[in-house]
Formats: sequence, C-alpha cells, structure tokens
Amino acid sequence: MSDIKNNSFVRWLSRNPIWGFVVIVFVFFSFAADHFFALQNVENILVQASTIGLIALGLTLVMINGNIDLSVGAILALAATVTVDMQGWETLAFLGDWVLLVAVLAGLLCGTLLGGLNGLIVWKTGVDSFIVTLGAMLGIRGLVFVYTREQSFYASSFAYSDFGSSSIGPLPTLAVLFIACAIVIHVLLSRTVHGRNTYAVGGNREAAVNAGIRVGPHMVVNFMIGGFFAALAGLALSTQMGASTPNMGREYELWTITAIVLGGTKLTGGSGSIVGTLGGVLAISILRNGMNLMQVPSFYVLVVLGVILIAVLALDKHLNRRTAQEPAL
Amino acid sequence: MDKAATDGWSVRQILAQQGILIAFVLAMLVFGLFSDRFLAFDNIMAVLRQTGIVGVMAIGVTIVVIGGNLDLSVGSMLSMATVLVVDLHDRIGPGPAILIMFCAVLAAGAINGVLVGYLRLNSLIVTLGMLSALQGITLIYTDGKNVDIANQSDTWFAIFGRGDIAGIPTPIVMFFGVAVLGHVLLTRMPFGRKVYATGGNPRTAVYSGIRRGRIVFLTYLISAFTVGCSALILGSRVMGSQNNVGQGYELLVLSAVILGGTSLLGGSGNILKTVIGVLILGFIQNGLLLLGFPYYAQWLVTWVVIILTVWLDVASKRHSLWSPIA
Repeated sequence: MSDIKNNSFVRWLSRNPIWGFVVIVFVFFSFAADHFFALQNVENILVQASTIGLIALGLTLVMINGNIDLSVGAILALAATVTVDMQGWETLAFLGDWVLLVAVLAGLLCGTLLGGLNGLIVWKTGVDSFIVTLGAMLGIRGLVFVYTREQSFYASSFAYSDFGSSSIGPLPTLAVLFIACAIVIHVLLSRTVHGRNTYAVGGNREAAVNAGIRVGPHMVVNFMIGGFFAALAGLALSTQMGASTPNMGREYELWTITAIVLGGTKLTGGSGSIVGTLGGVLAISILRNGMNLMQVPSFYVLVVLGVILIAVLALDKHLNRRTAQEPAL
Repeated sequence: MDKAATDGWSVRQILAQQGILIAFVLAMLVFGLFSDRFLAFDNIMAVLRQTGIVGVMAIGVTIVVIGGNLDLSVGSMLSMATVLVVDLHDRIGPGPAILIMFCAVLAAGAINGVLVGYLRLNSLIVTLGMLSALQGITLIYTDGKNVDIANQSDTWFAIFGRGDIAGIPTPIVMFFGVAVLGHVLLTRMPFGRKVYATGGNPRTAVYSGIRRGRIVFLTYLISAFTVGCSALILGSRVMGSQNNVGQGYELLVLSAVILGGTSLLGGSGNILKTVIGVLILGFIQNGLLLLGFPYYAQWLVTWVVIILTVWLDVASKRHSLWSPIA
C-alpha cells in the first residue's frame, strides 16, 4: 500500500466523516441483524433511501446557497396528489396511456413552479428563506388538504403503480433513478459554472455580487431545482404506494435537513457536497432498516437519530474549535 | 436619501411598525361584516379559549427567539407532556401527575438549554434533534397507543381546559397571565434586558459581563415551562391524548411569533405583539370557518399573511419595498 494513496483516503474520510459512520453501522448490522447482509436488503435500503435522498439532492443546493426550504414535504404531497389525481380525469381520457406522461409532467411542473415562487419571494422581498418557506410549508399543505378534501387518491393507471416495484436489470428502478440523479447533481455542483456559483453565493454573497454573479436569479434556479426534486420524490413515493395521501411527506423536511447536516453541509452556506449528503441519507436509511430487522420498535429510531444528530453537531463543533482557535465566550 | 423621502416614510413607518395591529383590526372588521356570528361574545370567547394552547407556548418561544435562538422541539415536548399528565392522572392522581409532567418538560428544556446555551451548538439542529428524540420517547412510553382519562366528570383536573376562574375560561386566564408575566419579565427585569442584549449581539453581551450561557439556558427553561402549561390546557380539554398530539405545533407557534414581528435573528421582539400574532391566527381560522371555507384554507391565508407582514417589516427597515439583491 502506498503512503500517498493512504493519505488521500484519510483526507477524504476526514472531509466526509459520515461515510466512516455509514461503514461502521453497515458492518454492525451485518453481524447483528439476520437478514441485513443480502443483496435483496441492500436494494430495499436504496429504495427506502430514494424518497428522502431525492429531496436531499435539491435541498443540498439550496442549503449550500445559504438558504433553506422547509416546504419540500408539502411540495412532495402536492405533486404526488396532482399526478395521481390527473390520471383519472375524464377530460384527459382521450389521451389514452399518454395521460400518464401528462400527469407526471404536471406534477413535476407544480413542484418546480412552487420552488420558483419561493425563490422569487426570497429574492424580491429579501425576507429570510426560513420564514418564506415556513409560510409556504403551511400554505401548500393547506392547498393539498383543500384540493383533496382530506381524502386519499388511488392511482388509476396500473403502469404507474407497477413502476414503483419494477427493476432495471438487477437493480430497482427507483434506486437507479436516485443514483442517476445523484450523479447529475454531483456533476452540476462540482463541474459547472452554476455549481461554482452556488458555493460562491453561499460563502460570501457580497463577494459573489462583486464577482458579477446575478445572485437573485441564481437562487431562484436552485429553489426550482429543490422544488423539482421534491416533486420527483413525491412521484417516487406515490408509485410505491399506488396512491397519494394528503399527509404524505409530513416532517420529511426535518428528516432531509437531518440527512444533509449529517453529510457535512453547513446551515450558514458555502460548504457541503452531494457525496456527503448521500452519506447522510444512507446513514439514516441503514439505521432505520437495520433496527427494523433487529425488531427494534420504530420509535427507538427517532430517539437514536435525534441523539446522533446532536452528537455529530457537537463533535463537529469540537473539532472545528480546535482548529479555528475561536475564543471561548 | 433626500429629506422629503424620509418624511414621506413616517406614515409608512407607522404602517409597518403597527402593521400587525392594523391587519388584526382589518381582519376583525371584514369577518365581522360578512358573518353576523363572528363578533358575538360567545364566539370571541370560544376563539380565545382555543388559542390558549398555542398562545402560552408562543410566549415562551418568543423569549427564546429574542435571545437569538429557535425552539422547534415545543411540538414534540407538548406531545410528551400531554401524554404524561393524562396517563399518570388515573394512576397517581392529578396533583403528582402535574408535578411529574413539569419535571419532565423542564428536564427536556434543560437539555436544550445546556446544548445551546453552554455548549453553544446551533439551536435549529439541536431542537430538531430533540423534536425527533422526544417524539420517540413519547411513543416508547405509550407503546404507540393513545391514552385517556377514565373518569372525566369527577376530577378537578378539568379546570384547566374546561373550567372558569372568576367567570373567565381558564385557558384565557392562563394565556393572558403568562403573557403579562412574560412581558414584565422582559421589560421590567434585568433578566429581560440581558435576553435582548444576548440576542442582539452575543459578543457585546459577554463583554459587558452577561453570562450568555446562563441566559440562553433560562430562556429554554421558560419555553419548556410554557409547554407544560399548554399541556395542562390540552390534556384537560380533551381528557385524553394521541401520542403525536403536538405534531406541527412548533410551526404554528413559530408562525405566531413571526407574525408578532419578532426577528428570527434575535434581539428584538415583543410579547404583546406575539399575543396579537396568536389572536390573528385564531380569528383567521374561526372567521374562515364561519364564512364556510374548508378548515385548511386558514393555512393558505396564513401563508400570505406571514409573508406580507414580514415583508412590510423588512421593507420599512431598509426604506425600500424591493430587496437590493441583484
């Protein structure tokens, strides 16, 4: 083993400590839980991770920008509701099977537009994104309840509900979709001008303005990407259930933010990565899956996750304080 | 900026500073015009009784936010407290049940306070973690079941949610009592000044001899105490509790605090305006229902009201309607 290779790996791990944690819990559950270490179960984990994971991809961009989007869970529900409902519209019956395409596009468009609306409000009014999207979270959820009259909808197209359990080769389609999207966003973030601008705007907005970046439209684009992926997650989830419920996606914004923060993205913006976010999402999914297989009641997962989130934060603070020499106040 | 423009602003400044009050009066007038039941004494009392639960917590959260932090754990904490007090009521009697419930919420608040105050961790993440952990603990405690009080007609515990004190419904007495206490604490006591100082500029506060950690710690204890009071009202009103009864309350509470003009950055805010924020949410809900709108239409209206209120506030401070972001 060469030292250089070893060093670069250690450096990579120190930048993405969550992956160390992912490996540890994976090894732990492989020994502790009976059916954990099996290809079938790894596929399950990936499918379970895809919902939160898809939301997290878009939200990572928004958070690196130094903003936050609390409305993703509500957007997820609205997009799923619209898509599932539209399949059964009599006015669209003449489209035959193409109605599915129209419904899916409409759902995705809803998410993208609502994300764009949030971004536009943040840009034009200068109100903090936390407040703007907190309002949107209530408002969009209200819209879902009013639209559905608090009823669940069932997908009338079998092709739609089959999609959720289909596979491409050995891998579930949803897992492939999630991984493909992760790669696209990773490239967007690390190889394109837009990605570089995302870090610049989050790191130092004034400097970004001086460097000629149009900060406002840039943030709107990221909010739109965030809304798009929330909608996509909604579709992914509703294909698994073959239905949409008005309550779906509730508190997902909290789970997603937890995953992203575990992955090392700072709430203040300017740093973070898709690789880290992926680690955070996997950590949560593996914990849930593993504890489930060990027949630990799901309640304990909530406690464990809460404690881990706070512990990671404390650890991060401790490590950073040693390097930054911040005066202890 | 020229003088004329600044003079012109004074009217708008008043509009912005008292925007929430004006919005409140307008909303009352509109609802009053379109529904003849809205301004009836009984209806107003019913709304006030309902708003008590959110209202009491909003007082505590306002104090936390003025101190420069957030508290997202109040919803889960409310679930835990309500479940505890209701479940223990039949086992050990109302008195001890209330005592144990308050011990539990204060312990949870103390954990928040130590982590955010003394260890100086980010309050959003800490209280998010506590939201998850407390919900989990509540579910473990109840084993996923709901709890209720068997003998509902024959217990003095009913006083908190269903009873009156001197002819006024207890939730209203508690809401305004806690509000007055909070207001006095913030405006007439050294502690209040320290909270504003800590939230406004933590560094300056520390250099002027304020023990930042202790102040933040205490704000979380106050917030937890108000959650305990809300749990009394909620548990006593329903005489039972679902194990996730408080889910989503943190956001309603935060909406009320934001409507009241308290800045999430800390250092500014006002209990009395939070009270108006709570009332406006309560009356919007009630008014829309009386006008025949679906229940959740209130959330749509809340969305618009929140953004307009905060926008007006931000715009008045920077003297321009639109943000300067390119």
